[in-house]
Amino acid sequence: MARYALRRCGWTVVQLAVLSVVVFLLTNLLPGDAATVDFNEQAGLDQVAQLREQMGLDRPLSERFVDWTGSLLTGDLGTSLVGGEPVSEVLSRSVGVTAALAAITLLLLVPLAVVLGLLTGLRAGGRTDRVVSAVTLTLASVPDFVLALLLVGVVSLRLGWLPATWVGADDQWWQRPELFVLPVTVLLARTVGGLSRQIRAGTIASLNAGYTVQARRLGVPPARLVLRHVLPGAAVPGVQELARAGDQLLGGVLVTEAVFAIPGTATALVEAVRNRDVPTVQALTLALAAVACLLNLVADLVGRRLAPRTEVLR
Amino acid sequence: MPVVLTRRSVLTAATAAGAGLLTGCSSADAGSSTPKKGGTLRAAFPGAGVKETMDPHAQQQFIDIARHKAVFDKLVDLDATLRPVPRLARSWSGDDSSRVWRFELHRARFHDGHVLDADDVLYSLSRILDPKAADHLARKSLSHVDLANSRAVGKHGVKIALTRPNAEFPALLAMTGTAIVRNGWDDPRHPVGTGPFRFHSFAPGRSFVARRFDDHWNGAPHLDEVRILSAETEARAAALQSGEAHYAHEMTPTFARMVAHDSRVRVVATPLSGAQGFALKTDRPPFDDPDAAMAVKLLIDRKRLVDVVCAGRAEIGNDLYGKGYTYYPDGLEQRERDVAEARRLLRRTGVLNTTVSFYTSTAADGFPQAAHLFREQAGEAGLRVKIVNGPPETYFTDVLTKGTVTNHRCGAMPIPTYLSERLLTDSPQNATAWEHRDFDDAFTAARATADVRKRTERYRSVQTTLRDRGGLVLWAHPEWLNAVSRTLRGVKEAPPNTVDWARFDTVWLD
Repeated sequence: MARYALRRCGWTVVQLAVLSVVVFLLTNLLPGDAATVDFNEQAGLDQVAQLREQMGLDRPLSERFVDWTGSLLTGDLGTSLVGGEPVSEVLSRSVGVTAALAAITLLLLVPLAVVLGLLTGLRAGGRTDRVVSAVTLTLASVPDFVLALLLVGVVSLRLGWLPATWVGADDQWWQRPELFVLPVTVLLARTVGGLSRQIRAGTIASLNAGYTVQARRLGVPPARLVLRHVLPGAAVPGVQELARAGDQLLGGVLVTEAVFAIPGTATALVEAVRNRDVPTVQALTLALAAVACLLNLVADLVGRRLAPRTEVLR
Repeated sequence: MPVVLTRRSVLTAATAAGAGLLTGCSSADAGSSTPKKGGTLRAAFPGAGVKETMDPHAQQQFIDIARHKAVFDKLVDLDATLRPVPRLARSWSGDDSSRVWRFELHRARFHDGHVLDADDVLYSLSRILDPKAADHLARKSLSHVDLANSRAVGKHGVKIALTRPNAEFPALLAMTGTAIVRNGWDDPRHPVGTGPFRFHSFAPGRSFVARRFDDHWNGAPHLDEVRILSAETEARAAALQSGEAHYAHEMTPTFARMVAHDSRVRVVATPLSGAQGFALKTDRPPFDDPDAAMAVKLLIDRKRLVDVVCAGRAEIGNDLYGKGYTYYPDGLEQRERDVAEARRLLRRTGVLNTTVSFYTSTAADGFPQAAHLFREQAGEAGLRVKIVNGPPETYFTDVLTKGTVTNHRCGAMPIPTYLSERLLTDSPQNATAWEHRDFDDAFTAARATADVRKRTERYRSVQTTLRDRGGLVLWAHPEWLNAVSRTLRGVKEAPPNTVDWARFDTVWLD
């Protein structure tokens, strides 16, 4: 197990290293650079050239990459080309909101998906199952930006129940829970379908497993049967799916932040790409990728602990 | 748009828009009540993320300029006809050669209590002109300020010397990046100005908070607090409609149509806020021949371009910049579509049935539509157009070198500034590659003329030359659209970058 964990961790580091090279090259392939974008419609070519020199963009690509890697290894994420502030500040300023969004979503997602999965699994084929499954499947198949815009249009602009955006709310967002309702709803709708379907399938499988049949024959009461015998079996596919839901959340946050004007990591990343601010793009993608890799690493380790067969199959 | 459109709501909106046009009621309630004191105004502008700054000399975006306008003042500002009007400078006068200018200063108080003097002005100029500061936009236009020979005159006067004559000098002190800062100030994290609001906090790309400065030289503002917030187009629209913002800057004609029946929102449309058109490169075939350029000016259908690209919210252009502004040459006949004559010119210049490339992008609302309409209209006169799409983020820098035909737009600025920044051989934004020494000389001579009547006459001849031989095809003077909530009063129509634009010391909340 320890060797497997070490090997998995090693691969994660390699993945991140490759990713940083790819992101660096791709960002440099984008048309224009930070100097041109900064002075677009504002100044002439000579002023752009001067700014480019000031930003150090006139140096060769490889030299800039080596510089960046060097300072990364000493823990320095570099300086934003555009605002001139340390990238670590951009990151720390934006990561809180995004983490809060993801955490709240996960906190609600797990119990909700378990309840829905059990409910539908225990009554597979019944009316409750059909209704709940239809709703969750529909929500999972509606693109999140469509759902977000619909919710804003109806709940905020028509009915006026909840704020439409986070514009101007950033300095005390944690004191305003109403801001989270719509974004979290969108993120939940995206992920709850998949997870509850997996738990439903797991429930059906373990309901029909020999040990459950035997427990029922021995007279174990229904509530205890479900909690002690069915749920642990149903959780195995759930853990893997939860890691996938984590990935989905990272993608979903991007769209949600854009629609609701939430000043989080995804917003900062989109803006950094638009500004061709290479150090910021690098740092933010690496941070997001590190979270995704970590999630999958944990899921793989937990999954292996629960079902060691994966190693045999390799 | 985050609103569910049904056939009925669209029809209602369209009817309401029509009714608004007929009765002119859309701006009738501006400033109808007496000002009220107090309240916090939330104004949403297009944000620029970490690019946003509190250094007024490095300002670029409208949101920067709006924030800096709250905290700082300029010596001079511009009125709706783009003529310089006094601000911190009470009055000014130039000598006969327009080389030495004297400004009399208001006894304005800075937020730290210091009273404005000539040293603050001279320090501000030297800070703007700092050769190491590549991001100070006014550095180029003010490069002829001779700091060594400028000095204080009395307690509240300042004499500014120039290395070459310029009768438009006061207007240059009203341009982007010319705010007056405190002598020795160099810390954008702690902005100290003479403006109507005292700085409180700023987070780039998010929000800015400033509070009323009771000692403002022009009278204290009505509001207690102003918050300037960064938000993208959709978010601005939603924030305004849901009451989270009172003021939304730069809205689209589509939005204006959508809220025409919305009792919570009022659209403030400022006519004649700049120009939109095409730029033909005059340094390369076929438009190095003025007749070929003239053919393009004759073949476009201006009315249709305005109707489609600007949703009708523009005045038709006459290939001249700055309609309604000081020095605009009046009395010239409107250029009309004449396909037969255009075809004749195209044939004579050998361009008929050849192909030119149009370099466009989504850098601004309506650019690609304008390019496609142009291709259609040029085709009717026998000129083929190949459309090439470029990246929006760098478009305006790219067009300085790329394309034979490109999109062109320009916000409000004084006509001499427009000419000197875009149409001289060494102009930074010379998108038509118009490089003619005799034109440069004629313009420089006009700008150096102290006598207003003679100067206006000379500017007129410069502009008509350009209209007849140059590469600018200006077919629209669009409206500028802002939107405000019904509770916000006192917002005036004003082209961006003029004195009453984004001005929050004279507005109030009902």
